[in-house]
Amino acid sequence: MTAPIQKSAAKTKAAQQVVTGNRLIDGVVVYLDAAGGWTEKIQDARVAEGADDLEDAVATGKEGEKNRIVVEAYPIDVTRGPDGLRPVRIREKIRAEGPTVRMDLARPVGA
Amino acid sequence: MYRYDEFDHDFVQARTAQFADQVERRLSGELTEEQFRPLRLMNGLYLQLHAYMLRIAVPYGTLSSKQMRMLAHVGRTYDRNYGHFTTRQNLQFNWPTLKDVPAILRDLASVEMHALQTSGNCIRNVTTDHFAGAAADEVADPRPYCEILRQWSSIHPEFSYLPRKFKIAVIASPKDRAAMQFHDIGLELKRNDAGETGFAVFVGGGLGRTPMIGHRVRDFLPEEDLLAYVEAIMRVYNLHGRRDNKYKARIKILVHETGAEEIARQIEAEFAEVRKTDLLRLPEDEIARIQAYFQPPALPEKPARSSAFEAAKADSRAFAAFAQNNVSAHKAAGYGIVTVSLKPIGGIPGDATDAQMDVVADLADRFSQSEIRVSHEQNLVLPHVALDDVPALYAELKAHGLETGNAGLVTDIIACPGLDYCALANARSINIAQDLSNRFGSAEKQAEIGELKIKISGCINACGHHHAGHIGILGVDKRGEEVYQVTLGGSGDETAAVGALVGPGFTGEEIGGAIETVVDTYLKLRERPDETFLAAVRRLGQKPFKEALYGAA
Ligand code: SF4
Repeated sequence: MTAPIQKSAAKTKAAQQVVTGNRLIDGVVVYLDAAGGWTEKIQDARVAEGADDLEDAVATGKEGEKNRIVVEAYPIDVTRGPDGLRPVRIREKIRAEGPTVRMDLARPVGA
Repeated sequence: MYRYDEFDHDFVQARTAQFADQVERRLSGELTEEQFRPLRLMNGLYLQLHAYMLRIAVPYGTLSSKQMRMLAHVGRTYDRNYGHFTTRQNLQFNWPTLKDVPAILRDLASVEMHALQTSGNCIRNVTTDHFAGAAADEVADPRPYCEILRQWSSIHPEFSYLPRKFKIAVIASPKDRAAMQFHDIGLELKRNDAGETGFAVFVGGGLGRTPMIGHRVRDFLPEEDLLAYVEAIMRVYNLHGRRDNKYKARIKILVHETGAEEIARQIEAEFAEVRKTDLLRLPEDEIARIQAYFQPPALPEKPARSSAFEAAKADSRAFAAFAQNNVSAHKAAGYGIVTVSLKPIGGIPGDATDAQMDVVADLADRFSQSEIRVSHEQNLVLPHVALDDVPALYAELKAHGLETGNAGLVTDIIACPGLDYCALANARSINIAQDLSNRFGSAEKQAEIGELKIKISGCINACGHHHAGHIGILGVDKRGEEVYQVTLGGSGDETAAVGALVGPGFTGEEIGGAIETVVDTYLKLRERPDETFLAAVRRLGQKPFKEALYGAA
């Protein structure tokens, strides 16, 4: 029942960033996408290229807070591997994938 | 039973309507998250990693079958078909949507349930012995006193904005099954030599970042002074408790920094003031009025020995183990208190499906006077079962995966939700509990080890009571990796003790093996098979365990 969680990849690969939050109406984990909308699929998230782009993405995320779509938008580190985008920190992996002890409730995350 | 009187009824209805309005205003944009957050927390609604989480109050762990069925209904209708029973004797749903919460609260209110006092800096739900009202060794049912405290505290305006949350536990037997000394106030109901009822009072216990055992400030407080004395404690705390630093705001820090003797003096001085007015004296007839709500059920008389029960034990080893571990002494001859374990081998501690909740409700109707308790050890309890009925009850439990006969054994592990759900977590705890449960899961191994309480928390907040575990496990975040620290020798019973850290932590892959090493060391070094793990650790100290884990220094 328990899914393995891989160790942090932060040191091995330069991280990129995406913006995430929990949807206000139901708390579901969502990511900011390139069109300025919010998606449940991390693969469809807007990946910030460089500091300016990240700042812009976070600002768009904050708009999502104001527009009552998400609660607390914030940036997270991700890396791109063979399975597509994956968060770096364990906490964010679990947010992306669902509880590791309930595989029946897991969220599909692959590319 | 807990009786929600007219006042509660109106109060809860008003709060439910008020919160529905607040949710609407949040969704329409009238309220910002900053404004809404304290309001939702006052109604037990948190935002966790994956979703909102609704914490529902189960006052002093007492539930009727009807209420349990309503919890099953909520799990089925608004959540993902399960709920999680917590170390605060409450129930958490992990997946409600914000827009559904008003409807959930309305459904709960229809069976006199709510989510009040489950969050925020108020006096939280009063907890007690999960065998209350049934235990053979209790002086009296402690729940009327919990209820008196609940009624007094739930509306007390002064105590809605305390420096920090405040937890009270009441027990009524010398055996502490409620970790009473780890509460801000612990009360032990007792009788003096003259046969009068009163309380030993403990102040300043707590877990979390700074674990402390409560100090006994009164050996015998007459019961009529209960509210006056607690009020005096609250006044001292409200006056001197630190509001400037969240980590120092609990009363345990005040007691620690001021000194137990000085605090006791201040409480007594304040108590003398409160007493002058007589307003808070509890008259005998008021106590009797509340006690009337908790009348013990009229149980048909039975012989002390049940031949059906004895025959079933002789017949099946699994049943015999269940009888030994999960059936406890009842005050009425021929009856037992049955613990329904929510710790199946390899399962998630404290989780129950909606179907299981319905089954337990039905079994409570059939076998236990429609009464259920929730234990802080994350199990359910059927408090009034005729020993004659235990074999039939066991068969029904077995049909629904609820027959695990491991109460108090090594696989009866407390684990908080940890990083699988909790926004505050540093590491997962459920997966560690599952790993350990699988390692020690065979009936023979568990019988060999005997009583051993493992408690796991996913962060320093200690919801998994790790400090009080015979073996405590605390998850920490070490440079992005989950690491687990081990403490030994803690205890939440009447010999309360804070476990001591044994050494450097272990990774998630290592921790299972490390705990096996600790247990093997105990098995090797115990003097007799009935020397418990805790007794052995107390006799041996940490040294042999350290050496086994890290090699001789
Ligand atoms: S101990 Fe920490 S991780 Fe566990 S439930 Fe409490 S706050 Fe969450």
